[in-house]
Amino acid sequence: MKEATSETAGVPRARQMLELAGWAAAAFARYDRASVMRIAEAVARVAESKAEHYAEWAVRETGFGVVEHKVLKNQLCSRGVVDAYRDHDYVTPRVDADAKMLEVPRPAGVVLALTPSTNPVSTVYCKVLLALLTRNAIVVSPHPFAKECCADAARALGEAAVAAGAPDGVVQVIDEPSIPLIDALMTDERTNVIVATGGVPVVRAAYGSGNPAIGVGPGNVPVLVDATADLQRAAEKLVASKAFDNSILCTNESVLVVEDSVADRFVREMERHGAHLLTAEERDRVRDVVFPEGRFDTTTVGKDAATIAARAQVRVPARTRILLAPFDSAVDEEPLAHEKLCPVLGMVRVPNAQRGIRTAVAVLRIGGAGHSAVIHSRNAETVMAYAAAVRVLRVAVNEGSSTGSAGFGTHLAPTMTIGTGFLGRSSLGENLEPKHLVNWTRVAYSTDPAEVLPSFEGMVPWEAPFEAVPPYPMPSNATVSTLTAMSSNGAGSGDGGSIELREELRRLILEELTAIVRG
Amino acid sequence: MSFDYGDFSYASKAEMLEKSREFWNPGKTDFWVDAGVPLVIDRREEYYLYDMSGKRLLDVHLNGGTYNLGHRNVEVVQAVTAATAHFDIGNHHFPSLARTALAEALVTSAPPGITKVVYGSGGGEAIDIAIKTARHTTRKRKIVSIIKAYHGHTGLAVATGDDRFSKLFLSDQPEEFPHVPFNDLGAMEEVLRGGDVAAVLIETIPATYGFPLPDPGYLESVKRLCERYDALYIADEVQTGLMRTGELWAITKHGICPDILVTGKGISGGMYPISAVLVTERAAGWLTEDGFGHISTFGGAELGCIAGLKALEICSRTETRSMVHYISDLIGRGLREIQSQYPDWFVGIRQHGVVIGLEFAHPQGAKFVMRSLYENGVWAIFSTLDPRVLQYKPGILMRPQLCEDLLDRTEVAIGQARSRLPRTDRHTSPRLRTAVPA
Repeated sequence: MKEATSETAGVPRARQMLELAGWAAAAFARYDRASVMRIAEAVARVAESKAEHYAEWAVRETGFGVVEHKVLKNQLCSRGVVDAYRDHDYVTPRVDADAKMLEVPRPAGVVLALTPSTNPVSTVYCKVLLALLTRNAIVVSPHPFAKECCADAARALGEAAVAAGAPDGVVQVIDEPSIPLIDALMTDERTNVIVATGGVPVVRAAYGSGNPAIGVGPGNVPVLVDATADLQRAAEKLVASKAFDNSILCTNESVLVVEDSVADRFVREMERHGAHLLTAEERDRVRDVVFPEGRFDTTTVGKDAATIAARAQVRVPARTRILLAPFDSAVDEEPLAHEKLCPVLGMVRVPNAQRGIRTAVAVLRIGGAGHSAVIHSRNAETVMAYAAAVRVLRVAVNEGSSTGSAGFGTHLAPTMTIGTGFLGRSSLGENLEPKHLVNWTRVAYSTDPAEVLPSFEGMVPWEAPFEAVPPYPMPSNATVSTLTAMSSNGAGSGDGGSIELREELRRLILEELTAIVRG
Repeated sequence: MSFDYGDFSYASKAEMLEKSREFWNPGKTDFWVDAGVPLVIDRREEYYLYDMSGKRLLDVHLNGGTYNLGHRNVEVVQAVTAATAHFDIGNHHFPSLARTALAEALVTSAPPGITKVVYGSGGGEAIDIAIKTARHTTRKRKIVSIIKAYHGHTGLAVATGDDRFSKLFLSDQPEEFPHVPFNDLGAMEEVLRGGDVAAVLIETIPATYGFPLPDPGYLESVKRLCERYDALYIADEVQTGLMRTGELWAITKHGICPDILVTGKGISGGMYPISAVLVTERAAGWLTEDGFGHISTFGGAELGCIAGLKALEICSRTETRSMVHYISDLIGRGLREIQSQYPDWFVGIRQHGVVIGLEFAHPQGAKFVMRSLYENGVWAIFSTLDPRVLQYKPGILMRPQLCEDLLDRTEVAIGQARSRLPRTDRHTSPRLRTAVPA
């Protein structure tokens, strides 16, 4: 008997979260822009104020990454996101007079957000804010490794949203994620769009769900440093990026491709910033640790360079931030040419920029199609040639990729969800931003010149909520005193701690009534 | 078209109705045919019923909240089905696994002061238990209820209700069961003043009377009077409990901690009959003095307890509570809009959460609306004891689209009923003028 019910434990309630999210989304879709922005700003403030709290929690819970870097990501994904989109309007209908078109925004509705263990809270922050900016409800399903910090964060954001006037249920979170549960939610017709950030299986499952999905593929980022690069600056950027959060972002650099003529100088520059160049023998030991039997060992994810070096019995200077692992050619059977979510950077020397471009292309043939690439160069032609050749949808130039490709330090959209497009089996070719969570109803007038587009000036079909959404149910014959009493009674019910309060209210009500009865 | 249900079958709906008349209940069978609601419920799922003809109906009768969670709610079905691999009805004499588990869950959910649970197999039996409990506790016999009240049809319960159902069986007992008008505190105090009343029994919102809402402060004052004259307060929460007012028990919204609280209908999940009487320690004395004082073979049947545990858990979820608030708001706004179109016909909305009564300006108004709704694919029933009022009881897990659909159909039906009223009225069968229980 136990087996029959435990298999699907939690699934029905999770489906009910989608149902409630549907109610919240329907209500939220009628909010005006000022209310939406007030909610988003309030949520971002709470998120930012807890950036450190959740950064520490995430590292403690997952064992991945670097607290100070997660703090930064949490700040970027809270205040940073709202700053980036404050001047955008995803709410108010707009008119394109030239096209004789009125456009009315239609939020997706219920967003099912799958968040990863690698960037757990920052992804929760980011997706929640993108959903709120576009008047969507969101149900967060965190990675099981990071479920506690993510659930707590999502709940804090949801409370902040409701406190700022958002509909109840606009942000919900699955406390106990499991594969059958996530599968049930992804295939549920109440899910309007899945935004899947995580490993390949979960992204493929999202696309296989039958529901609209935005899922992204893995990265494997080549970084080309040509002879024209500002080596000092490039080295500093590259090491900082590779060390950032111990390479846990999918945008982190995987393989350095460097022109021979500057390679030695470049490596010396990198060493100044904390790179440690491995000898061939050390490289082999590190390869065995990170790719035992040729397969990436996930226990190395987000671990620092010293830990990995120690596991490989490689002695490194105390201030080592990344390990530089040279190999000869970017081929599939070379494990170090694959994605590495840890501060180990492969390195291939090439005779010239053209060969470097082909090597970068080879790196992306192995993995990371559609994702990100980097070039450090002052030669515009090389940049153009590189961009045209590498099968990715964003190329960071003279910037670190970990944050640069994620839209921090470049003008790409700030995000934790990097679209890999058709190249990378994704429906999304850009960094995820609010516009991807809203459709627009196009109200198209005839091209006939006799048909004139009217002015829609001042017409906004949305409004600010004037009470809690949903309002607390009151009897239709309620008076002011019943309203006060019932909302207090109601708010307290089911909560043992408020018995005294209820008793007190009851006493007050009785006194009031006694007075009335006695006239 | 034949109708094969495995162990039995009918050649046609007509044959089924004929047999229903012959072997079961000719009065009821004919009543519905004459009322223009020739419904024989066949398939059922979510909030839909399907007549044998295949006609689909959105159910906002819900048998008084029995189908709060929808018909054959997947979670309840799963729980009960799984339980049949281990449990049956159980033996009512012994300490029982499932009875104890549900009792603990009910006590935990209940207003402060409730400490024990007694089980029945239906609402009437539960009311009988509540009355017996009050009499044992106070050593007094009188039970006060509301004129036009409805608390079931068992021996004691039937005497608390409208005499239509008691006199038929020579079961009215006016001496021990005085009835007072609703919302009349003077009458209530008058009857309590003698100090010989064991309990006041009152539905938090009287359902079968068309959900007249208690005046602000009325129930609170009744409770105070009960305390003054040493009578117990029995809250009949059969129709108002289980989140229908947006809190698990409506009585808590009045700040009242009843001495006895009765639940039934919805607690079964619509899948296995069960009812429960929740009592305070003061009223629980007989359970220690003579635990065998009330015996019921099916009362608290263990499969019913399993259904009850699941139904209570679903009703208690924060998601459910929030959804009821949304549903109540959407339906309330929609009804007020419809009312603004027909202010002379659709004259009142009595609403508390999804407990809703719609008043029409005709003594039998709700019967016409019921019929129009039926034609428009909605099943809602008039109030037996006040047929001006339609009982309109949306489920607590309704989807937004379903609510919108319901409102659209309701708007059309109310308009149709109004336009037909004079002629339909003239041709109304005399039978339609008799009332049936909800």
